[in-house]
Amino acid sequence: MEEKLLLLGDEALALGALHAGLSGVYAYPGTPSTEITEYIQAHPLTKERGIHSDWCTNEKTAMEAALGMSYAGKRALVCMKHVGMNVCADAFVNSAITGANGGLVIAACDDPSQHSSQNEQDSRFYADFAMMPCFEPSSQQEAYDMVRGAFDYSEANHIPVLMRLTTRMAHSRAVVRTVGSAGSLTGIRPQNKMHFPPEELARFWVTLPGISRQRVKILSEQQDQFLHDSELSGRNPFTDGPNHEMGIVACGIAWNYLMENYPDGCPYPVLKVTRYPFPKGLLRQMAATCKTIMVVEEGQPLIEERLRGLLYTEAEGASGVKVKGRLDGTLPRNGELNPDILREALGMEVRQVFPEAARTVPRPPSLCQGCGHRDFYTALNAVLAKYEGARVFGDIGCYTLGYMPPFHAIHSCVEMGASLTMAIGAADSGVWPSVGVIGDSTFTHSGMTGLLDAVNSKADITLCISDNLTTGMTGGQDSAGTGKLEAICEAIGVEKEHIRTIVPLPRNYPEMERVIEEEINYHGVSVVICRRECIQTAKRHAK
Amino acid sequence: MKRDIILSGVGGQGILSIATVIGWAALKENLYLKQAEVHGMSRRGGDVQSNLRLGTGPIFSDLVPKGECDLIISLEPMEALRYLPWLSPEGWVVTNTTPFVNIPNYPPIGEVMAELGQVPNLITLDCDSIAKEVRSPRSANMVLLGASARVLGILEPDNLKAGIEAVFARKGETVVQANISAFNAGFEESGKFSK
Repeated sequence: MEEKLLLLGDEALALGALHAGLSGVYAYPGTPSTEITEYIQAHPLTKERGIHSDWCTNEKTAMEAALGMSYAGKRALVCMKHVGMNVCADAFVNSAITGANGGLVIAACDDPSQHSSQNEQDSRFYADFAMMPCFEPSSQQEAYDMVRGAFDYSEANHIPVLMRLTTRMAHSRAVVRTVGSAGSLTGIRPQNKMHFPPEELARFWVTLPGISRQRVKILSEQQDQFLHDSELSGRNPFTDGPNHEMGIVACGIAWNYLMENYPDGCPYPVLKVTRYPFPKGLLRQMAATCKTIMVVEEGQPLIEERLRGLLYTEAEGASGVKVKGRLDGTLPRNGELNPDILREALGMEVRQVFPEAARTVPRPPSLCQGCGHRDFYTALNAVLAKYEGARVFGDIGCYTLGYMPPFHAIHSCVEMGASLTMAIGAADSGVWPSVGVIGDSTFTHSGMTGLLDAVNSKADITLCISDNLTTGMTGGQDSAGTGKLEAICEAIGVEKEHIRTIVPLPRNYPEMERVIEEEINYHGVSVVICRRECIQTAKRHAK
Repeated sequence: MKRDIILSGVGGQGILSIATVIGWAALKENLYLKQAEVHGMSRRGGDVQSNLRLGTGPIFSDLVPKGECDLIISLEPMEALRYLPWLSPEGWVVTNTTPFVNIPNYPPIGEVMAELGQVPNLITLDCDSIAKEVRSPRSANMVLLGASARVLGILEPDNLKAGIEAVFARKGETVVQANISAFNAGFEESGKFSK
């Protein structure tokens, strides 16, 4: 039975996966992808069907576990933010080599304009690089519908499929019509029964060079078929227009921003792209009748660059077709698009009436009042003021905000886990004190292996784990190391007497400072665990 | 018919609850809807906004174009100012007058209100005090929604109230009633402003 629901793009994708017979979701939280997994965790079908939905330690373990589920013949979904793709890249790229057995879909949520991220890398390049199909819905309804198609395609062609969302799609709500309602299973696909890869494909799961060389060849040969399917899928619709001075290629939600400016229909021919490999044949057709092609992509200029190459090769540079987009300045080189940016690029005037107000100032995010990270930084700063040349290597999480006033407490933040490993390299270079600051969830995500390096090389570093017992920045998901941090550090080889635990509260400042100072003065690996529950999750627990 | 709305405030003030109630009412009235929210890092004491677009026909963009917004609903006066470039010439601003000062360089509130005064269609009210008066101190956001109901122009106030009942139902009848009282108080207060 059909049902109408108001869903975020993330939630639409999640529900589509549930209705497509999902058996497990594997994910590490990351804005803007977190709500996919949370929706699945809270959905009644998850309990009813015993769908795996616990958080994973990082994106690599998530990707690998999902690959294992696919090997066993069941449908698995992996979710992450775009930079999580870097963490799981090894598993992701090689999953195209093993191929999929049960449907395997990877949902990557990109963050153009970097609302909550350190870069705006475009996950479509990962699919391109791994020679995998990629689906990029332009609406919440498409997110719901396409994920089912992605699972079917993955299974039929033994290939994982990447679903790419961007922030605005992930975090925007719209009405979605579903095939099944909460009370009835009509239209909801049953889960796969366990089954192993068919005999002719089973060997590809062992990627010894002699075997995977054959598989790379097959994968390359499959590209023509992927392209053919993509062009005939109906997901890359071409709409002709009367004015052939220009043709427009609009990908994913960029198509929405284009059409917003033409409520009565676009005068130019438009190729909407929501499925990759991008439809080369359709692009060639457009180039044959249009003098200029404008490429509108939410993200980096993937099609635009390829299109320049495509037109050049085919007409020896003399096709005469001009390509416009992010590379020639028609559209901004970086940042997310919006209807106004498109408006200007199309030569229409932006309809702004009121000027920007004079009396507004930025209101940057800040650590919550009463947050334990605040007390930790207060104590750390008091200690480090005594040491000239101290350097603090930070990490990814709420505590990155310790860079901001009034703390100015960290000197770096790069990616998950870089705090303590950078501290090692700096200490090797003579920096002292060399301090790493990492959160509990980030430590288990990507810090433990670095700590082993530190122990093995007897690095002179102090690692501070600011443990708030949750994955705070993304809204308070379970943290893999809760209750285990001391045991983990000890097992990795940190000396027991140099694993110290303190409680970050103003009344404890003298003790906190004493402990931090003692461990800085110890010339070896020391760990100070600074533990107090996140005040946001504490408030929720109190209710 | 379509209505473009920008909801603004500071992370934690409750703009998403307003958006959820409007969304519920829009679904009930069978309208098309797109609602872009802000989640994640910027929530922590930073400025937050939600673009809400309602219409009787399909909506393309999740974001409101500049100069097109029919209504800015703001839980904080400076945050209302921030979105003026999006306001249409006939658009309304409905804003709480209580400043949320969590930054050292917050402009003088008198100057903020004076600049808001240039908007011809303006409703200002002290949502925090009104919420306290009706003994719902935590429902300043529903006071604001009540005050906006008169100029929303596409949703029936009764459906918004039904939305409040549905959205807050799991928190119990006391919370529902507190939010309804807050909504009513805001609605009444906005009657003092000419439409």
